[in-house]
Amino acid sequence: MIEFSNWDILRNLLLAAQWTLLLSIAAFIGGTVVALTLTAMRLTRNVVVMRIVRVYVELFQGTPLLMQMFLCFFGLSMIGYEISAWGAAILSLTLFTSAFLVEIWRGCIDTLPKGQWEASRVLGLNFLQTLRHVILPQATKVAFAPTVGFSVQVVKGTALASVIGFVELTKAGTMLNNATFEPFKVFAFVALIYFALCYPLSLCSKYLEKKYHVAR
Amino acid sequence: MSLVKLDQVHKYYGDFHVLKGIDLNIKVGEVVSIIGKSGSGKSTLLRCINGLEAYQQGGIAVDDKEVTSEDIQVRRLALSVGMIFQSFNLFPHLTVGENIMLAPTIVLKKSKQEAEKTARAMLEKVGLGDKFDRYPEKLSGGQQQRVAIARALAMNPKVLLCDEITSALDPELVGDVLKVLEQLAAEGMTLILVTHEMNFARDVGDRVVFMHQGKVWEEGNSKKLLSEPQTEELKQFIGAVL
Ligand SMILES: Nc1ncnc2c1ncn2[C@@H]1O[C@H](COP(=O)(O)OP(=O)(O)OP(=O)(O)O)[C@@H](O)[C@H]1O
Ligand SMILES: [Mg+2]
Repeated sequence: MIEFSNWDILRNLLLAAQWTLLLSIAAFIGGTVVALTLTAMRLTRNVVVMRIVRVYVELFQGTPLLMQMFLCFFGLSMIGYEISAWGAAILSLTLFTSAFLVEIWRGCIDTLPKGQWEASRVLGLNFLQTLRHVILPQATKVAFAPTVGFSVQVVKGTALASVIGFVELTKAGTMLNNATFEPFKVFAFVALIYFALCYPLSLCSKYLEKKYHVAR
Repeated sequence: MSLVKLDQVHKYYGDFHVLKGIDLNIKVGEVVSIIGKSGSGKSTLLRCINGLEAYQQGGIAVDDKEVTSEDIQVRRLALSVGMIFQSFNLFPHLTVGENIMLAPTIVLKKSKQEAEKTARAMLEKVGLGDKFDRYPEKLSGGQQQRVAIARALAMNPKVLLCDEITSALDPELVGDVLKVLEQLAAEGMTLILVTHEMNFARDVGDRVVFMHQGKVWEEGNSKKLLSEPQTEELKQFIGAVL
């Protein structure tokens, strides 16, 4: 049997953590792009379009991320569409992230007083001009803190990719545990690394919240 | 010639009949004060005049053009009807100068220099010439409201609608805002104001419209109407506010 030193364990975990990080970033970028599109759709106030967004949000917020991942991975391959664990993980995390970001951003836009829309309207600005010059500059400031705060959920969500066989931090932890039979040590390291990834994000979110709440 | 003309306007919120057949003719340069109890429909009336609210029956015309609440219409209307709100509604992320220049540059497509020149002139007019680069939150309520007036004036409107624009202000700041309105009135601006300032209505206004239960209950020359109210309701109302 091979001996694992603490350093060996940590080194292997850190290598796998790169994939956690990469997956988080990819999901966050994908989620942001999709959420921006959905937010724009929602703002058109077209009843049908708004209903579609509503259903999308309910669907991906109302089902466990794990099920979404299973469906993306096994479901897609069953209907003849081969997808790698990596692809399925990114896809499902993107869907998950976007569904939450749309709702977070909706809240940010809705907290702006109705008077901002009305003042723009009586000055003759059209819908897009109002969005661009009045609503979005204010809403984005409010949105920074909760958006960064939510990114912590994305990082933690990547752990579920381990169940479809994608080797990220959690999966690497399980594998090392099977080899070393030192669950406490291995998973303590795993937890520490997750913490090291998430804590700066939480701090950043708190900082942004303070900064923009005082300013308003 | 009438600038604002309402003809048997009816407005409903769902089943609730808010405006029950309003007739009103307002001439160029007239200063009209709308008074009445809370809930009598004063704000709704103003908001129908500039298309912020839709009405269901009758007709409204400003400058001989029909008013509807269609988006395009509201934008065309914005060129001739300015509105000032009780809560100022300045854009907090823009400086005072940027607040005033926004609509002239993107709606009227004025050059930046031209818009800035107008903005500075309008600020001068409301007595805030030195506040161009400030952010709204650094100003008192009275100053913010005067910026809102300057912002509306920069669009060169034919008529200004004011909905209780001094009601959110500390008493000592009300005078500054009223002085600006008085000056505008003297320059011949057409003003339609919902107000609780009876002294202003009597001394500066030409005409008072008393609304009650969604109707124009009584109207006429401001001095005469306020000193010799004809209806029981107006007598009561004047008794209550004075
Ligand atoms: N968006 C709305 N939906 C339903 N009812 C409304 C709406 N806006 C106003 N109302 C109702 O219409 C009536 C008239 O409202 P309006 O705001 O015009 O009154 P007002 O004379 O301006 O009163 P105040 O002096 O309190 O401002 C009130 O009974 C009010 O509750
Ligand atoms: Mg009102």
